[in-house]
Amino acid sequence: MTAQLAVFFVLAVLAVIGAVSLILQKHPIHSALSLIVVMIALAGLYLLLGAEFVAAVQIIVYGGAIMVLFVFVIMLLNAGIEEHTSISKMAGAPGLLLVVALAGFVAATIARSTENIQATSQTGELASTLGISNMLFKDFVYPFELTSFLILVAVLGATVLAQREKS
Amino acid sequence: MNSFLNTNAELLITLVKIALLLFIVLTVNAYLTWFERKVVAHIQSRWGPHRVGPHGLLQPLADGLKFLFKEDPTPAGVDKFVYYLAPLLALALALTSIALIPFGPDPIRLFGRDIYLGITPPDLNIGILALFAVTALAVYGVALAGWSSNSKYPLLGGLRSSAQMISYELSLTMSVVGVLLLAGSFNLKKIIEAQSHHPEWGLFGWNVWPQILGFFCFFIAAVAETNRVPFDLPEAESELVAGFHTEYSSFKFAMFFIAEYTSMITVSCLCSILFFGGWLSPFPVSWTFAHYLPSAILIPFGLWVIWDGIRYETLFGRIILPGAGTVITALGALFVLLLNVNEFIQAPFWLLSKIFVFLFVYVWMRGTLPRFRYDQLMAFGWKLLLPLSIVNVIVTSFVILAKMQWWGAK
Amino acid sequence: MVPTNYYVILSAILFGLGVFAFIFKRNIITIFMSIELMLNAVNLAFVAFSQALGKLDGQVFVLFVIVVAAAEAAVGLGIIILIARNRQTLNVERVNLLKL
Repeated sequence: MTAQLAVFFVLAVLAVIGAVSLILQKHPIHSALSLIVVMIALAGLYLLLGAEFVAAVQIIVYGGAIMVLFVFVIMLLNAGIEEHTSISKMAGAPGLLLVVALAGFVAATIARSTENIQATSQTGELASTLGISNMLFKDFVYPFELTSFLILVAVLGATVLAQREKS
Repeated sequence: MNSFLNTNAELLITLVKIALLLFIVLTVNAYLTWFERKVVAHIQSRWGPHRVGPHGLLQPLADGLKFLFKEDPTPAGVDKFVYYLAPLLALALALTSIALIPFGPDPIRLFGRDIYLGITPPDLNIGILALFAVTALAVYGVALAGWSSNSKYPLLGGLRSSAQMISYELSLTMSVVGVLLLAGSFNLKKIIEAQSHHPEWGLFGWNVWPQILGFFCFFIAAVAETNRVPFDLPEAESELVAGFHTEYSSFKFAMFFIAEYTSMITVSCLCSILFFGGWLSPFPVSWTFAHYLPSAILIPFGLWVIWDGIRYETLFGRIILPGAGTVITALGALFVLLLNVNEFIQAPFWLLSKIFVFLFVYVWMRGTLPRFRYDQLMAFGWKLLLPLSIVNVIVTSFVILAKMQWWGAK
Repeated sequence: MVPTNYYVILSAILFGLGVFAFIFKRNIITIFMSIELMLNAVNLAFVAFSQALGKLDGQVFVLFVIVVAAAEAAVGLGIIILIARNRQTLNVERVNLLKL
């Protein structure tokens, strides 16, 4: 058991515990905190994979902005403990079976794949940040500009939605 | 035993460094509170703490004992997990950001191993980005503390404070982009090396001159991030009782307190590394007599402490102060005598003195400036600071492009 | 060196848990969070394959996914706030009439 494998298992178990806790917690704020734990575990996994820029962006954007937004909304809307009605309890058991089937199917397919995808090298040829910025501004410049336009649309949309009704 | 030490040497060295740095940071925090109270008091023409120990130097000890022995009630109706988590989170994140800062470029060679000053080696490829990641998570400590206290004032204070923090975080990260463009890397060591391209210019090679706008945006945004005056409305005593930490007392409040001062130290480190040359000396490299400056400061200071201590009013002061003064003088003399040690401590000495200057500016602002009102604060962050940071990035990139096109410089 | 299969299996497990949370939970905000969990699981698969193939395309795509998730979260939470204001409930089962 190399050190890398040990770290992988620790982070993987942390991520799965966070995801299970998201389902089992009754209060949305606890679910939000569990999701933050999942994201930090995933950032650790990205570091293990050599994707340092993506790991940092994951924590800054996902963990530090999107989840803050979720936490704010939960606080502002005073979301309480959620009640489970009979419909959701009915959907629980078959849902669990189906999800286990889905995850098991995907996992088994991957595990049994004949071409074992092995990592060819630790990272890409260039350092992560330099390589990503080269690709973003040369090969993917059109999607990059489109995403900036998308963010502008989202900002305008959120501003319009958050306005109070003019009576 | 020897082989165990050899195989796990890196881990053991890191653990020792963590323990040492924790101890140093907590002590510096304690004496930073003393420093703040003394300086603010002198700005306001009074003395500050001067009874507890000579010159009030044992005041932090008294405060620490008070925090330990105070009653620690948990209010009714709080969400217990989140209530206990919030100060832990704030403190852990603040201390983690100190772990990411390199305090010197060269390692100490001890027992055949390189020991770097600072927990992470200075060559972390995403140095500054990791620091921003930790700063981004610091919002949670405040927001969760405010919400979990089950009370109006903390909730309002927490929401206002966290909204302020995420607003100024944008300007904080944008104002650093100019420095990153000049240095070409997130690596803190490379950022400092990029400021030493002209070693004969001394302090005129630092990033603050080409990036003066970026520096002002960064410093103001950093003061707002750490919730200090003039941006401390959410925790001001006359406004919202005590803001998000109203319902916290004794040790949990001490954790928030330590987290705030530690983030002050982190921001001062960042300011000095990014804009003021980090561990570079302000004198040109050829002025080798400037290498004696640490001793030239320490020896007179030690002698003054001895002289002041001999004439002090209490017996305790008359013993302690000359003793401390002797230690300081001996340290200064040691640096003059052992020249290789003197060469080694040049880098940390300059970094620590710059950090000290920034901490003094922080405390000076606290004693001098009035607070912003909340809507003025938010308007300032979004309408003035963020556009200024973006303008800084645009102007910097155009200048770099112009230099590359016309002068062929890198 | 951790085999890439391990990462993809973990990604499948997280995705499955996200789907289950989407079906089982009744609070709108928690359902929205399960969508973020599913997106994160997919990001993990992207980065794992990016390392396996030695190219950086996977990481660039992860950046785009994160950006789109941010935009979606902003607008989605705006809509959720409006629903909460108009229907005074956050329970998905109560929001079952087109008319208020």
